Formats: sequence, structure tokens, C-alpha cells
Amino acid sequence: MEQLLYGGAGVILFALGLWAFLVYEPLLRKLIALNIMGSGVFHLLIAIAERGELPPDPVPHALVLTGIVVAVSATALALAMGRRLEDDSGGR
Amino acid sequence: MRRAASLIIGAIITALALWLLWVLQTALDMGAGPRLAEQAFAGLPTTGVSNPVTAVLLSYRGYDTLLELGVLLAALLGIWSLGVASPGFQPAGVVLSGMVRLVVPLLVLTGGYLLWVGGYAPGGAFQAGALLGAAGVVMRLAGDETAGLPGIRAQRWLIVAGVAVFVLVGLATLALGQGFLSYPQAWSKWLILAIETAATVAIGTTLAAAYVGGRPWSHAVVGGRD
Repeated sequence: MEQLLYGGAGVILFALGLWAFLVYEPLLRKLIALNIMGSGVFHLLIAIAERGELPPDPVPHALVLTGIVVAVSATALALAMGRRLEDDSGGR
Repeated sequence: MRRAASLIIGAIITALALWLLWVLQTALDMGAGPRLAEQAFAGLPTTGVSNPVTAVLLSYRGYDTLLELGVLLAALLGIWSLGVASPGFQPAGVVLSGMVRLVVPLLVLTGGYLLWVGGYAPGGAFQAGALLGAAGVVMRLAGDETAGLPGIRAQRWLIVAGVAVFVLVGLATLALGQGFLSYPQAWSKWLILAIETAATVAIGTTLAAAYVGGRPWSHAVVGGRD
């Protein structure tokens, strides 16, 4: 039951992020939406790592762990690109 | 028109979410299928660490973690290539700078603890690196233009440290005839610790430098755009 709650929260986060990503135009909102989608996927992976009575599967844990750091750095790169785009198009 | 479009998109995504929830429910009902966990636990005594997540990250899937550090490096190089950093924030008031003086050493200490504990309990290079990066973010928010990072030359060394140590260890194991990144069992723990230490420093530096958001300003580098 807790797994359904946690994994389901992941699914809902993913859906909310996908909706915001498709509907809103500003780059920053799209970026936040993508991050929320990513968080949903991480939630889901962690939730399904433990099934039944067995100890949790370390492989999805490791995937999420590295995924978080990679997502942060990719977001930083996207933000830097967005700022540069704004500087170049709006600054003159 | 736009309103109608967003409503239609909302309806489709709601249907998608309900379908995914149903799939999740049936998947959970089916119980655990074949998975990699058993293999991961079975091989654990040969890896030199007793935390299965660390074993997956640095022993079984070492290649993958190496490439992830490469992704971090590539992202920061991308950020640096987009221009010089903006000047940053005003110096903080007494209370904030007092808090930063207290919190930053604690973050560094906790990072070191997490790095060491990763061998046998939840922890490791990524968590420790994230804490170091957070320390940099806090310092920049409090007005430190460089986020506590050293000059650009030292930063270059620090951000490649993770990938460099990883590759050097891989080449050393290759030279010993073990194959790339397959550690000799007696040395395994120390090699993993060495890689993790370098990765922690590299991840922390990369995240803090990414937060600064541009190439560090330096006399040697002229021709920044801003």
C-alpha cells in the first residue's frame, strides 16, 4: 500500500510536470516542469525497488542517486543557456 | 483557443496518469519478478564494501559512474563556455554571515562523514559532493563572489579530478592485467575510497561552480562577453 502511495505520487508528479511542460511557454517554467517530471521518475524507481518481503534492490537506488546529480547539472546548463539567450536577444 | 488546447492536453494527461497508476498497481500486485538484487548481494563480499548501493555504483557499474562524472564535467564546460559569471550578491548582514560561518564547516564535516560511511551504510560520493556543493551555494548567497572556490587554475584541476582518478585507477588495473576497473580484491576497498574521494571533490566543485553560473572571472582570460 505504501508503495502504491509513494509510486503513485511519483506518477502524479510526472503527469503534472508533463502538463506544465506542454502548456506553459516560458523557458524557466518548462525547465521546472522537466525537473518535476524527473522527480516523479525518481520517486517511482525508489518505490518499485522494494517489492514483497525481499530486501530493496540496490540497482535502482544507484540509478536515482547518480540521476539526481546529473539532473541538477543539466538544469544548471539549461539555465545558463537560457540566461545567455535572454542577454543576447533582450539586452540590445 | 489556447485555453481549449490546454484543457485537451490536461484531459489526455489525466488519462495517461490513470493508466500509469493502474499499471503500477498491477505491477505491485504481481510481486517481485526477476531482478538484479540477488546478484548484487551475492557478489558483495568480493567488492570490499558492504553497502550494496556503493558496490553497484563503483564496482559493478564503475563504467557508468565514470561516464556520469563525464556528464557533470561536460555540463560545467558548457556553462563556462557561455560567458563569465555575474558578480553575485551583496555581502550578507551580520546574522546571515554568522550562520554561514557556522553552517559551512558543518556541511564540509558532514560531507566527509558521508563519504567515509558510504562503504557500509547509505552515503557515498554523490551525497557528500552534493553537501559540498550546497556549502558553495550558501557561501555565494551570503555574498562570496566565488562561492568559496579557489582560482580558475585550481578549479580546472578540481573539476577533472573525479574523471582523472577514475580513469587512472582503471588504467592501473588494466596494466595489472585485471581489465579496466576490475579491482584486485585486496585493494578494492582503498581503490573505491580513492575514487570516491576524488569524485566527491569534483562533484562538490562542479555543483558550486555551476551555481556561480559562468566562467570565473580572471586576469588571464580576456574576451568574456558580459
